[in-house]
Amino acid sequence: MEQHTLAQTLYGIPLNAYIIVSAVLFSIGVMGVLYRRNLIIIFMCIELMLNAVNLLLAAFGAYRGDSNGQVFVFFIMAVAAAEVAVGLAILMMIYRNTKSSDIDTLTRLKW
Amino acid sequence: MTLYIFYFLSFLAILSAFMVVFSKNPVHSVLYLIVTFFAIAGHYILLNAQFLAAVHIIVYAGAIMVLFLYVIMMLNLNKETEPHKSTYLKLAATVSGGIFMVVLIGSLKGVEKIENLNAANQSAGLIKNLGHVLYNDYMLPFEMASILFLTAMVGAVLLGKNELK
Amino acid sequence: MIKLVALVPLFPLLGFTITGLFSKSLSKSTASTIAGGSVLLSFIISLLLFFQVNQNPEVSHTVKLFDWIYAGKFSADLAFLIDPLSSIFLLVITGVGFLIHVYSAGYMHDDEGHNKFFSYLNLFVFFMLLLVLGNNYIVMFIGWEGVGLCSYLLIGFWFKNTDYNNAGKKAFIVNRIGDLGFLLGVFLIYVTFGSVTYTDVFSQAKFYTSDESVLVFITLLLFVGATGKSAQIPLYTWLPDAMAGPTPVSALIHAATMVTAGIYMVARSNILYTLAPTTMHIVALVGVITAVFAASIGLLQNDIKKVLAYSTVSQLGYMFLALGMGAYTAAVFHVVTHAFFKALLFLGAGSVIHAMGGEQDIRKMGGLKSHLPTTYLTFLIGTIAIAGLPPLSGFFSKDEILAAAFAHNKIFWLLGVAGSALTAFYMFRLLFLTFFGKFRGTHHQEQHLHESPKSITIPLVVLAVLSAIGGFIGIPEAFHAKHLLKSFLSPVFADSDLRMLPAEISHATEYSLMALTIVIAVVVILLARNKYVTKQELPLADGATMTPIAKLISHKYYVDELYNYIIVVPLRWVGQIFHSLVDTQIIDGLVNFTGKAVVWTSGEARKIQTGRIGYYVFVMVLSIVLLLLYISN
Repeated sequence: MEQHTLAQTLYGIPLNAYIIVSAVLFSIGVMGVLYRRNLIIIFMCIELMLNAVNLLLAAFGAYRGDSNGQVFVFFIMAVAAAEVAVGLAILMMIYRNTKSSDIDTLTRLKW
Repeated sequence: MTLYIFYFLSFLAILSAFMVVFSKNPVHSVLYLIVTFFAIAGHYILLNAQFLAAVHIIVYAGAIMVLFLYVIMMLNLNKETEPHKSTYLKLAATVSGGIFMVVLIGSLKGVEKIENLNAANQSAGLIKNLGHVLYNDYMLPFEMASILFLTAMVGAVLLGKNELK
Repeated sequence: MIKLVALVPLFPLLGFTITGLFSKSLSKSTASTIAGGSVLLSFIISLLLFFQVNQNPEVSHTVKLFDWIYAGKFSADLAFLIDPLSSIFLLVITGVGFLIHVYSAGYMHDDEGHNKFFSYLNLFVFFMLLLVLGNNYIVMFIGWEGVGLCSYLLIGFWFKNTDYNNAGKKAFIVNRIGDLGFLLGVFLIYVTFGSVTYTDVFSQAKFYTSDESVLVFITLLLFVGATGKSAQIPLYTWLPDAMAGPTPVSALIHAATMVTAGIYMVARSNILYTLAPTTMHIVALVGVITAVFAASIGLLQNDIKKVLAYSTVSQLGYMFLALGMGAYTAAVFHVVTHAFFKALLFLGAGSVIHAMGGEQDIRKMGGLKSHLPTTYLTFLIGTIAIAGLPPLSGFFSKDEILAAAFAHNKIFWLLGVAGSALTAFYMFRLLFLTFFGKFRGTHHQEQHLHESPKSITIPLVVLAVLSAIGGFIGIPEAFHAKHLLKSFLSPVFADSDLRMLPAEISHATEYSLMALTIVIAVVVILLARNKYVTKQELPLADGATMTPIAKLISHKYYVDELYNYIIVVPLRWVGQIFHSLVDTQIIDGLVNFTGKAVVWTSGEARKIQTGRIGYYVFVMVLSIVLLLLYISN
């Protein structure tokens, strides 16, 4: 029983706690994307969402005693780094062309 | 003791995440985001993923956030010039974010019961184990990631050039 | 040997393909040689087949080329039936057809559409052969439609003239009415007998007793087709207009062969008609009325080809009179002799028109006897033949029809005699006005009067000889000679002859009837001579005042106008209504409404796509929420 309980918690922290923290962080990222108009802030909120996912993956991996979850986090980090590099370059292009970092100026994505 | 540390880190992460969204100055947002990242790195350590925590600090707080600051500096965005959305839209965004959170937690509820948990294995996050898995099972994706980086670098340089001819 | 029949229609088809495909590159002489040669080859094979059949007329041969339509219980093969009836028609079509090809080589020599003309002629011969050779009604229908098509193409051959085009369209549309009747008749045959093959249908019809009205309907519907193709009342109006085509076409299609398709069809289906006496009466009635009616119109026509056209309608009426009285042999006999002398007359008329430089009005001719001696002589023979003077061919065939009429119905006989008197009159009027008296054309035309070239006169001579002696294949039994044609054709009509009431008349009566018709013809000819040669009377000019009856006749009894008001004008009116109301309002309205509705809805739906990224993200988040709600339930 004791062993069993120990196996399900890590230093007395239940897995559910990590799920809730990750979900909250992710929702804050979503809300930020909806809330702000500044492209850079929106981009940061996307990073926030990625980190929430990373945290959850690492938590699941740790609670299962499985290295694969952490390897996945590595790959997500790698992809995120590449994404940030390209994304920021695009952002600079947009700014150069529209002289603005306002997302509402980008209204051509239609028809 | 660790439970308190967990609460503290969680509180710090969520609070600074909120500050990322609500700060008027983008530079402040970046700084709050770094705080969030540090809190998440703390969580990693709590999860016995020390190497992950180190990489996280280096990649996110060290590289990505510096890139963000650099862009903000280059575009001179550190003023509160951003036009804000209408109150109505802000309310809608907050409400939908809240609904999203409720639904997300609701849909993840019960996940921990299904999983085949074995927290006793605390060596999963050690560099030795990780390296073993990474260079045995994930060799090909690992090499692919390097190609991805190369592509991203070329793409970023190309996009960043002043004029495309 | 009998298998060679497949070659008969094949040669003209090949000729059509070659002259049609290479009409641009072939020289005129090559094209006419190919076209004429193919028909000549067909004629030679037809002759061989004829002798083969003649050895034993009792046996009819069926040559199956291939399975054509197989659908459920329905089947129709492309198969040919060779029996005395079809072999006679083969000879007439290929023989007269060949002569007309030769003639056309001379007549059309300077026409720019020369090669096209020959390809059409060959196509026509092909379809006509298909029509008479088929062993079922479907193949006959193919030929039936095909000759209609060729007729249309050739009437409107000089398509730059709108009137000619309209004449072609008129022929096509009027024929279409008849074709519909024919097609319905074939459907009814299939429904009733479960087959469209002649042998099956006829052998079943012999014992078909359940409902006579079905047979009446079948035969009436087929007869509607015959009235269209063979220009009988009420569908005859297209034939006079069909004279718009080149003269060889008028000779071949609108006198000698195609218009006899109706006769052939009725003669082929003789057993059906014999079993439906009601239809027989109608056929005879329509025939005799057409004979007299068309002959009376012929009296006052001034266009040389129009006179011959009405004469054709009238002679076809005689043939239907014969069919209607069950004298099938007489009808086929008249088809053969008529093919000879009417082709001769048309070709003679063509020769005259050729000499006159395109002039067709007989009021502007006259005195051509000395300028065109060969044409005159042959034309004279044709005229005597059609007028029914012995011993030329028309006498025998017409006399046989009239004798049969006398035996069946005295009124029909009386009308028939009247019609033949009218025929004698208008034909000699035509002859006298064209070849006697003084020349009435322009000086320029007189300078250029010349006898036609050899390629035109040789067919004339051959046809004149045939017209003169063609009657001897059917000498009446009253002369104690053998009726060759009757004994040859008797297997085809055997079943009908068994069922017809014997309508024999005594030889003495027949002699007196012949004498009477000859006397009437001679008197009428003398009258015409007195009027047009001695007194030199001329037909009135177009605008001159006429007596009411003459006016009525010279306007062809206003039948065209009547049809125009009864059918064309109401149809146009209905069409106008459908155009302005149903089409432009309702149908176009529906179509336009659909288009506008789509444009409007998409115009509204387009606004969903604002182009604002924030909005898209918002929708995306809400969608994810809904999706999660859905899958977690």
